[in-house]
Amino acid sequence: MTNNPAQFALLSRILHWLMAAMLLAMLFIGVAMVASLGNYRWLVAIHRPLGILILILAAIRLVNRMFTTLPPFPPTMSQRERFLASASERLLYTLMFALPLVGWGMLSAGHYPIVMFGPVHLPAILPANPTLYAVLRKTHTILAYLLFFTFIAHLSAVLFHTLIIRDGLLNRMALWSTRSREKR
Amino acid sequence: MNSTEPDQISEKLPASPQGVNLILRYAAIGVVITGIIILFAYTAGWLTPRTLTPARMVDRFEQVNEKHSGFRRNHTKGVCISGWFDSNGQGVSLSKAIVFQPGRVPVIGRFALAVGQPYAVDSGHTVRSMALLFKLPNGEEWRTGMNNIPVFAVNSAQGFYDLLLAAKPDSATGKPDPTKMNAFLLKHPESAKALQLIRNQPVSSGFADSAYNSLDAFRFINITGMSVPVRWAMVPVQSFQPNITSPAEMADTNYLFDALIANIHSHPLKWHLMITLGQPGDTTGDATLPWPPDREQVDVGTLTINDVESEDTSPARDINFDPLVLPNGIIGSDDPLLSARSAAYSQSFTHREGEQKTPSAVSPAETGK
Repeated sequence: MTNNPAQFALLSRILHWLMAAMLLAMLFIGVAMVASLGNYRWLVAIHRPLGILILILAAIRLVNRMFTTLPPFPPTMSQRERFLASASERLLYTLMFALPLVGWGMLSAGHYPIVMFGPVHLPAILPANPTLYAVLRKTHTILAYLLFFTFIAHLSAVLFHTLIIRDGLLNRMALWSTRSREKR
Repeated sequence: MNSTEPDQISEKLPASPQGVNLILRYAAIGVVITGIIILFAYTAGWLTPRTLTPARMVDRFEQVNEKHSGFRRNHTKGVCISGWFDSNGQGVSLSKAIVFQPGRVPVIGRFALAVGQPYAVDSGHTVRSMALLFKLPNGEEWRTGMNNIPVFAVNSAQGFYDLLLAAKPDSATGKPDPTKMNAFLLKHPESAKALQLIRNQPVSSGFADSAYNSLDAFRFINITGMSVPVRWAMVPVQSFQPNITSPAEMADTNYLFDALIANIHSHPLKWHLMITLGQPGDTTGDATLPWPPDREQVDVGTLTINDVESEDTSPARDINFDPLVLPNGIIGSDDPLLSARSAAYSQSFTHREGEQKTPSAVSPAETGK
């Protein structure tokens, strides 16, 4: 049932789609909560634990990435495009770690308790410091916009390949197996 | 979908779309991408610039008071305090928050005047506030900001936003423009009633003999999961003295703070934490409405303040007294002001923490006297 060399490993594909949904939700929750007086309380209450969950999944994903073989790029991708794809993958991995860590560090520097749910909370990872808080708070926003921009570029590229070039690029990441079709 | 016969993907690509088909495919990509971007921009509030946001609320403070680098946007003039809270155990049946288990927890906090000017001259009729942070042994925190008024003047963020501008002192008279204030009160009858209640409450002589009220309602959850609506107050052990200011005191622009400092230096100040229990039908979502005076009150412990420190040196300067930083066992009610306060405080905090800090009116020399 597993290892179709033309597809990512099953765990990789599950992590990809799960985290895609979570990251996109986080981006929307993030921009909504800073602009909302009425919904702030529950949006921020979701934002904190969801961010930590993303950090945990990012760690699992990185380990998984290191121990699995990737499917080859389709021949329709030029050298330059392959380079861009690999670079954006690195950037996305970096942001998956950086955004939650900066958020956690920012709350620590801002002298906030890092509440998850009920009495469960995390320790501070940085000393309380006003300037540090201000810098990390700004960094958090900039990284979030960078993540949104990278996501849009990633999605555009996949749609272009799937709908215009029609090289089946999306099949590499499809949750279902595309093997049967290929063996037919 | 497509009938690719694999081996070599490159040789088996379906025919490239042409003409109208190609245009439709590009259009589909365009719709998806711009759709997501527009939805994102809308969610971020970029397409609705007239909606009241935390940023606009903080802008209004800066519009009315001007910008004072490094200071809180409201309750701007203050002094930091510390001490402890002794719980007597009477709150255990009401809330599972460990702050109510018998014992002592450290407290830091801040007394302030509800002004937007850091060097405002003290006045007996300015609203006074007490902000506290209870540091619980398991690392949880309870933060609360309370005022010495019986009810809050508004019941919504929009009301507060409107009141700020209506109450802005006119540059010629130094007092709010009565026509603007009357227009505000016509638009917000709940505020007219609340301001009457606030005016009718006798004002005490200073910070030490004031009672401070949570104003917003919260809910206590006990160990069995039972939830009860509550409001709380810090009720002074110090006896009430009426607000009469001598000319000598008036000459001191910080006379309320200096009296507080002298009080704390002579003996620790104490308040009882009184929990008022709401009954079914009591409004929790409107901070302008008082609960009936016969509601049961439970004395859950005593706050002792034994130290006072200038904002210039105290860590409490850099604490956001967000009313929704609550321990397990206390949650916010449906009062919309709670979320609005939490959001606007966060915005104010982010602004001021990135600014050059300016010395506080109540200096270390004053708190050291």
